[in-house]
Amino acid sequence: MPIFDTAMPPAKRQISAFDIIGPIMVGPSSSHTAGAVRLGRLGRAILGAQPERVILGLHGSFARTGRGHGTDRALVAGLLDMETSDPRIRQSLELARDAGMDVVFRIVDLGEDAHPNSVSMVLETGERVVKVIGASIGGGMVEIQAVDEYPIHFTGEQETLLVAAEDRPGTIHVITGLFLHHRLNIAFSRVERKQRGGEAIQVFETDDPIPDVLVEALEDYDWVRWARHIPRLAHS
Amino acid sequence: MFDSLAELITLAEAQGQPIHEIAIAREVEQSGRDRQTVWELMHNRLLVMRQSTEEGVSRPVESLSGISGGAAWRLWQRLEEGYQPITGPLLSRAIARAMAVNEVNSGMGCIVATPTAGSAGILPGVLLTLQEAYGFSDAQLVNALFTASSVGAVIARRASISGAAGGCQAETGSAAAMAAAAAVELLGGTPRQSGQAVAITLKNMLGLVCDPVAGLVEVPCVKRNAAGAAQCFIAVDMAMAGIESVIPPDEVIDAMARIGRLMDPRFKETAEGGLAATPTGQRLAQMIWQGKPPEELGPA
Repeated sequence: MPIFDTAMPPAKRQISAFDIIGPIMVGPSSSHTAGAVRLGRLGRAILGAQPERVILGLHGSFARTGRGHGTDRALVAGLLDMETSDPRIRQSLELARDAGMDVVFRIVDLGEDAHPNSVSMVLETGERVVKVIGASIGGGMVEIQAVDEYPIHFTGEQETLLVAAEDRPGTIHVITGLFLHHRLNIAFSRVERKQRGGEAIQVFETDDPIPDVLVEALEDYDWVRWARHIPRLAHS
Repeated sequence: MFDSLAELITLAEAQGQPIHEIAIAREVEQSGRDRQTVWELMHNRLLVMRQSTEEGVSRPVESLSGISGGAAWRLWQRLEEGYQPITGPLLSRAIARAMAVNEVNSGMGCIVATPTAGSAGILPGVLLTLQEAYGFSDAQLVNALFTASSVGAVIARRASISGAAGGCQAETGSAAAMAAAAAVELLGGTPRQSGQAVAITLKNMLGLVCDPVAGLVEVPCVKRNAAGAAQCFIAVDMAMAGIESVIPPDEVIDAMARIGRLMDPRFKETAEGGLAATPTGQRLAQMIWQGKPPEELGPA
């Protein structure tokens, strides 16, 4: 299963003055520290809550130089909802303990096709568990590459909706109907499934924030396992 | 932003405006934010820059790995004690401030990546020292940062600002060139002179490799930021005297791009060549990677 599909090119966009003078960030590395914070934030958003139990698998350069770059603390800081410029990042492991978050680190090998700065996150709260694989692809930019073994891709640069649902006819029709109802413009969408008629994860990226009522309406359908709004990552 | 410095400079000359005005107008147009908002965002960055320099010179900041730290404080103390630096009162303070920011960065303090975290000391080091010496206002410094950003954007577009893609020339070289253009504008130079300062700075830093010990943004990054500030000063004095680069600025940037592409991967942030491959560099890497195994991270 090609979890590390590198076919998706990074979005070509205009360079802003604040890409060059910025971001404001806690060091030492935009990829190993700031990017790691953002991966943690995305993991938290995909779970939909602050996790109580966390297993973080560090791959490649994250495993090798992560400690010196504070990658471990940065990932946990993101799981605690901190931004890349939060001065508490350095103390995040202690703050996680105080917050009742149990964190375990592992060195993992995600295969030679995996980006060198990759992390696998198993995040749990109550009954809910998600497994997320993401990579920090440079300059603080990140990409989620798999959720619950499904090879899905999104960057957090847009407002994103994830829907894990039974793979059956008409589901996209219902979802896009809700988008229309809320006057939301879809910038990108993609469906990933493991096998025909099984379960699929659908990704929608929009220009404007996705309202909670839309997510709640989706979760009321019996064919939806879960739906999550992933807010756009802030640029500090 | 712009595809070439020639385009940026020609526009500034044609409109009779400083480069920062062109850069601010372009940012407003591109982002859809109003001028006040855009200006405030840059002002915030200046405040973080100042804070990081003050933090790094006022106490010895130790890095997370423990292999670097305290250099900025040490030089600053020496200057405060009345030592007469051979680099003169300005450059000595600029290099102390440049190192300060990078030490704060490696100690997991807050910095502004300009253009990257590894080269974050050069712009604050140069600009805040010029402010101290010449009394420039914060508003003038904010404008200077917009000038620097437009130069950095051209370099990012034509070449790279990433050590992994272009070596250290792309990081500290770009930062020093950005600072040089900004400094020339602050000192009353023309847009053309800013462009020449960019060309001269980059020429003097071409080929510089990215060879960080243990892959960390510390050795030699901290001292390379001091070197970048010095290269900036050299180019600014030449450009302000009307000295021009024989090779035009955009061609110098293109040369840097080609050198970056041809550069051996061992010299592009992989920690496999240069200083990282020296016996001491290797020993420090072993100490960091294996000597302190990941027990502290939790069970493997």
